[in-house]
Amino acid sequence: MSIQVDNRQIEAHEGETILSALRRNGVEVPTLCHMDGMAPTGACRLCVVEVEGFGGLVPSCSYPVAEGMKIKSRSPRVLDARRTVVQLLLSNHPDDCLYCSRAAKCELQELASELGISERLYSGEKSTRTKDVSSPSLVRDPDKCILCGRCVRVCEEIQSVSAIDFMNRGSKSFVGTVFDCGLNVSSCINCGQCVVVCPTGALSERFEIDDVLAAIADPDKFVVVQHAPAISVTLAEEFDMKPGTDVNGKMVAALRRVGFDRVFDTSFSADLTIMEEGSELVQRLTSGGVLPMFTSCSPGWIKFVETFYPEFMPNLSTCKSPQQMMGALIKTFYAERQGISPENIVSVSIMPCTAKKFEARRGEMGRGQLQDLDYVLTTRELGALLRRCGVNIEKMESDTADTPLGERTTAGKIFGASGGVMEAAARTAHFLVTGRELDKLEIKPLRGLEGIKQASLDIDGTQVNIAVVSGLGNARALLEEVRSGRQDLHFVEVMTCPGGCIAGGGQPLNADLDAVRARMKALYKIDRDGPVKTSHSNVAVKKLYDEFLGKPLGHKSHELLHTSYEGREVIK
Amino acid sequence: MTTETVNVEEIIARHRGAGRDTLIPILQEVQEAEGYLSRTSVAKIGEVLGLPASKVYSVATFYNQFRFQPLGRFHIQICRGTACHVKGSAAVLETLCRELEIEPGETTRDRLFSLEVVVCIGVCGLAPVISVGGNVHARMTPGKVTQILDIYRGKAAEDA
Ligand code: SF4
Ligand code: SF4
Ligand code: FES
Repeated sequence: MSIQVDNRQIEAHEGETILSALRRNGVEVPTLCHMDGMAPTGACRLCVVEVEGFGGLVPSCSYPVAEGMKIKSRSPRVLDARRTVVQLLLSNHPDDCLYCSRAAKCELQELASELGISERLYSGEKSTRTKDVSSPSLVRDPDKCILCGRCVRVCEEIQSVSAIDFMNRGSKSFVGTVFDCGLNVSSCINCGQCVVVCPTGALSERFEIDDVLAAIADPDKFVVVQHAPAISVTLAEEFDMKPGTDVNGKMVAALRRVGFDRVFDTSFSADLTIMEEGSELVQRLTSGGVLPMFTSCSPGWIKFVETFYPEFMPNLSTCKSPQQMMGALIKTFYAERQGISPENIVSVSIMPCTAKKFEARRGEMGRGQLQDLDYVLTTRELGALLRRCGVNIEKMESDTADTPLGERTTAGKIFGASGGVMEAAARTAHFLVTGRELDKLEIKPLRGLEGIKQASLDIDGTQVNIAVVSGLGNARALLEEVRSGRQDLHFVEVMTCPGGCIAGGGQPLNADLDAVRARMKALYKIDRDGPVKTSHSNVAVKKLYDEFLGKPLGHKSHELLHTSYEGREVIK
Repeated sequence: MTTETVNVEEIIARHRGAGRDTLIPILQEVQEAEGYLSRTSVAKIGEVLGLPASKVYSVATFYNQFRFQPLGRFHIQICRGTACHVKGSAAVLETLCRELEIEPGETTRDRLFSLEVVVCIGVCGLAPVISVGGNVHARMTPGKVTQILDIYRGKAAEDA
């Protein structure tokens, strides 16, 4: 169908919203409460346009197109209305942009500038609620919240956690947790998806950059860093490079330049995870263990099960996540080998994830008084750290990670995308059982951004039914199926964030679906081009078993690489 | 009003599987029985109705009638009806809040006083009025607040 916009004819599709037709045709319309792929709420009224024959202004995000519609998208009336919306939002905003972690990435700031707002027009009563700093992962500053509701919706509709909601009403309303307790005692599973969608500085990760810099500056400390599989394909965006650019070598060089004593690759311990988890699966399959087995590398998912579905804790693989396996090895195996006392090691990880900060602080993740990991930085924090230290990543000469904990296969690398863990595990499980490699290592049905993917694997005549889910709303749906009797599944990969770590809560902001796709493609390109594609072929991992661990699921593995879970009595 | 947990559990259990539109009546019933909405009750109500606790709390905080702290030993109701308003109840309320360091709906730390704003207690001739632990105090002024609170503080001290 055809509609008229600002005296120009454009093509519109039956059933789409005015907003979607306009955007496709290059007409920019500002939005705040709108979220791609979710039902519109029409709450902010920033997206209004004039439609001939309608008395008032129409929110374009929630109004469908109709044949012959005549729309004005930038009339004085429209522009004035939008300015008023933003001016009202600014009326009780703290205005401390200079000191805000979102400066230059804030949508409110951008809107004010786009709409030409150059002075404070209204002065409302400023809210002064206290910052919530209770969570090891996130900080909520309610004073900067403009009540757009995006975080509430992501938490409820995508993650099915509903840790937060609108409280009170009118000028007193705010977004908070039940009984206004800190996030830490709420049912929040620390995923950080709310941070990613927040347009302002109201939500951020808990920053640990200063602690890391202090450790590096301390001559008595041996500072080790590991980087997760998804970092090298997303860090580029922090420096305005194209999404999907792999900066692995330059990143390693940059980390050295900043002053880390050793640079290890979490993809190494991802390979190790596959050896342990693959063996665990085979053991469960052959000895009547609890099935389906669920993967355990995503800490938000673990907390979700502990909180909402404790009856499924026995289904969780007992394997620690790659971050924690690496953490345990650094302060035991590596410390021993280098003759460094574990007390003098500061272990840092770069993660795509805010829940990893929580995981690192779990009581069981250490030995005695020593936690295995000391600090966890998100991809965004690494960007900030490099900028602060004046390290220009684009100018770095490619470098390689340290041995032996920096040696990886491409199987460990694809952990960063939803389906990657399963694909890597399938490759190795097949080998463990049959002694032969899969005919085709690529398992296409497990790839892509769909929330639920399923496949069946033939291992020497035995059907192994596998599923891959990402986004906890999808995980909840699957758990409910299993709860009500679904029995065909053997092994399920669950990632907390939709699409997996490439779209984690610690990743660069303002990424659209195309950016996430580009990140994913970059990982699979590495897999396609890499020389070694199976975790069981990782020579450094084999050597680690020979010289230190013994065998998968052996005594040492149990002590260092496996863990246990505990139901959580949080108010939920 | 005492905290009769059993009673509350019964109320909540009675509504197991009920529709979400019963949320407000349940909240009212539970508050009636318990004097306030406790954390446990909010969590339980969410569980039986299949609602996240945050949602239950969100709905409850939307309405002024719900409180989330147990009543104090002396529950203070201040009338904000028209007659009391005209005679200056706003200033009385302000003084009460300042003096007790609480907002309406809250309870003092020592659990002695709780504060509630009501619409009319039906003694408009005595406006502005407050009632403390069931006793009506007429023709209130900000200046009388401390004096009256001290009477009850004295009572509590005697009992101690
Ligand atoms: S971190 Fe995740 S679970 Fe916690 S409030 Fe944000 S979206 Fe909800
Ligand atoms: S915290 Fe951020 S996302 Fe949530 S309502 Fe406020 S401004 Fe919106
Ligand atoms: S984006 Fe349309 S009303 Fe908010």
